[in-house]
Amino acid sequence: MAATTDQPVVLRNRMSTRRWFSELGWRHIVGVIAVAYAGFPLIYVLSASVSSRGTLTGSNRLFSEVGTSNFAALNETYFWHWMGNTLIIATATGIGTVLMGAAAAYAFSRFRFTGRRGGLTALLVIQMFPQMLAFVAIFLLLLGLGNVVPVLGLNSKLALICVYLGGALGVNTFLMYGFFNTVPRELDEAAKLDGASHAQIYWTIILRLVTPILAVVGLLSFISSFGEFIIARIILQTESNWTLAVGLYGWVSALLEANWGLFAAGAVISAVPVILLFLFLQKYIVGGLTAGSVKG
Amino acid sequence: MSSNQAPQLRPPQAGPGGPDVRTSHATNFSKGFVVKLLLLGMVNALGVYGVLAAWGAESYGILWAMVALLVAANYVYFSKRALPLKYILPGLAFLLVYQVFVVFYTGYIAFTNYGDGHNSVKGDAIEFLLISNERRLEGSASYPLTVIRDGEELGFAILTQGDVVRVGRAEQPLQDAPDAVVSDGVVTEVPGYEILPRGEVLQRSDDVTRLRVPLSEDPEDGSIRTQDARAGYVYVSTLEYDESADTMTDTVAGTVYRPNERGQFEAEDGSRLPVGWRVTVGAENFTTAFADPRYSTPFVKIFAWTVAFAALSVVTTFLLGLALAMVFNDPRLRGRKIYRSLLILPYAFPGFLAALLWSGLLNRRYGFINDVILNGAQIGWLTDPWLAKLSVLGVNLWLGFPYMFLICTGALQSIPQDVTEAAKIDGAGRIRTWRSVVMPLLLVSTAPLLISSFAFNFNNFTLIYLLTGGGPRFSDASVPLGHTDILISMVYSISGIDGNAPRNYGLASALSIVIFVIVATISAIAFRQTRKLEEIN
Repeated sequence: MAATTDQPVVLRNRMSTRRWFSELGWRHIVGVIAVAYAGFPLIYVLSASVSSRGTLTGSNRLFSEVGTSNFAALNETYFWHWMGNTLIIATATGIGTVLMGAAAAYAFSRFRFTGRRGGLTALLVIQMFPQMLAFVAIFLLLLGLGNVVPVLGLNSKLALICVYLGGALGVNTFLMYGFFNTVPRELDEAAKLDGASHAQIYWTIILRLVTPILAVVGLLSFISSFGEFIIARIILQTESNWTLAVGLYGWVSALLEANWGLFAAGAVISAVPVILLFLFLQKYIVGGLTAGSVKG
Repeated sequence: MSSNQAPQLRPPQAGPGGPDVRTSHATNFSKGFVVKLLLLGMVNALGVYGVLAAWGAESYGILWAMVALLVAANYVYFSKRALPLKYILPGLAFLLVYQVFVVFYTGYIAFTNYGDGHNSVKGDAIEFLLISNERRLEGSASYPLTVIRDGEELGFAILTQGDVVRVGRAEQPLQDAPDAVVSDGVVTEVPGYEILPRGEVLQRSDDVTRLRVPLSEDPEDGSIRTQDARAGYVYVSTLEYDESADTMTDTVAGTVYRPNERGQFEAEDGSRLPVGWRVTVGAENFTTAFADPRYSTPFVKIFAWTVAFAALSVVTTFLLGLALAMVFNDPRLRGRKIYRSLLILPYAFPGFLAALLWSGLLNRRYGFINDVILNGAQIGWLTDPWLAKLSVLGVNLWLGFPYMFLICTGALQSIPQDVTEAAKIDGAGRIRTWRSVVMPLLLVSTAPLLISSFAFNFNNFTLIYLLTGGGPRFSDASVPLGHTDILISMVYSISGIDGNAPRNYGLASALSIVIFVIVATISAIAFRQTRKLEEIN
């Protein structure tokens, strides 16, 4: 199959229908089937969100009735609270991760200091222990911190952001470190000769050159904290503090049949920002994926 | 409410135009230096507040950690020697507290019996035991009592024999209230409080009868309680704690309880008081996990399923993604970009939504799959043990194939054409070229990603918990575990952190450590294998 790729492109115009089908046409058929497979749950949730019945059974006839009653019903729930919380938490985590990860990667990439190699190895090892495996200890740590500073304890969004930021260095520094190394050191040295301080080099030269990796890291950490469930669930306890993942799970697990329309409408709204980000930053993401990151 | 405070608690980045290595700060008040000074000032102010709060709460571990972080921050940002740390410290601080510390803390908890019945330190357990074993003091006087409230919180006001009014709440022991008004032997007005109207007393009778107002800070002095909201009696604990001998004595039966190694008070005849404190229990949690059939039987099943789930997820998504990448890897094909944009939609769709959405689609009675596609069949996609496993894999295939499609496309396009051409010239057919040239090259570039994907799915809690909740349940298990549970969701259930099972933090932490060892071993072996693969080429 791959051998077809090296045939000259000019052949296209002179191809017979049969030849076209055996070489290209069947690919379109596969493509349409694959797109249908990928897309039908999304079409379904869109249809369920505009169905006015609002139940699981009532959502099975696609687009049989179109209305906004489910979306209107969201106003009577905590949905917009959850949306706000999730966006605040995910944005803060994304920005914080980029700032801290980039700063650490800069130090590891540009300075030579004792403990540099050890630090990099330590990060590699720490990275292997997923933070959520320690959820019991995180819960107990916040229980203790909450007695001292309530805003860092359980049921606080700030505490959740801090926990997410705890995972910032481990996961991303390596990804960024590799990218920072591709920026030639001569640039820094030239700037240094011109009298720039290390901070000026960092903020005005390096950061501008590594924007693609910053976008990837920021986006991936935004998305993974957007959908993170287990830690959000144990930390955020009152309903108005929940994130979308915790809240929508509550609807579906409590009364699947009755809440379905509400869930579908909520799902459509909450998927929109993430999908838009993906489509806008597609080219960065594909690059970042091959560099070794996994969506959480 | 909290997001705008986030940056303040983080030691600051060195600001633009920040400290110059060669000039002294004192002579160079640049903009960056001022920003740095302000940020550090804020960090210090918050830090000192935290230290004082920790002092007040008597949490000395937290206090020393805060002092250490504060000193480190000030040293790093005002010293000229710690240049790299200026950039690493902010992330490092979070890493140390919320990742490194919790890992070690998990290790520590794994060796304790932390959980229900052993929730706190010994002092708390003693206090709780004294309070929960209170009985009305035989023949003691009754005091005219009035229920009062401060906001939502209830309290008692009583009239003592000497016509002194005393007022207290659950958290605040009784104290004299000289300004209170008494008429007909009943307290009718207390400054700072509101008298609870009779109707509400009846409404909240449970709260009222449960309320315990301590006589003093010492739990052994007893408390005032009431049954009818009119008369209060002195309640004193039937247990007595002897600090010097470290024993608990039941004053009614005369039994003496001594602390045992398990963190409980135990009498000579083996009877124990219900509430204990946490102590280290050695490797007991690990032996429970592997030797106690209540846990070891499901553990073996769940471990096998976890490995199968993670491996099969990687294999199926990789094969489908690779197949699609091959199909679309033809520059003559029109609309490749559109196909690609549409195919990555499941990947862009947040995973937790996908799991919840599929749990509806696969619903036995009303789901779209059974109701429409299978024309009303009632197949238990999520309730039959084997079908549930199949469903989990199917949903993960839907979620994961676009990722594999993307990386395979990238990998295929990066294989240089001259390599395949050389194979052709050497007389290799299409299949032979694929097997011997393209596949090895593809595997080398994707293997590390396949390993991370395996590790990710090994702990894919969100998918399992939101899709099946681990169910269907094992029919024979006394622990709430099921056929699709993976190790991490097993830990979650056993920890009892969401209140569905008795809490057992010790055992849960021990299992976390076991999972960590498994994942780390598999990753280490796999990475070594890929390095071998690279050397071949």
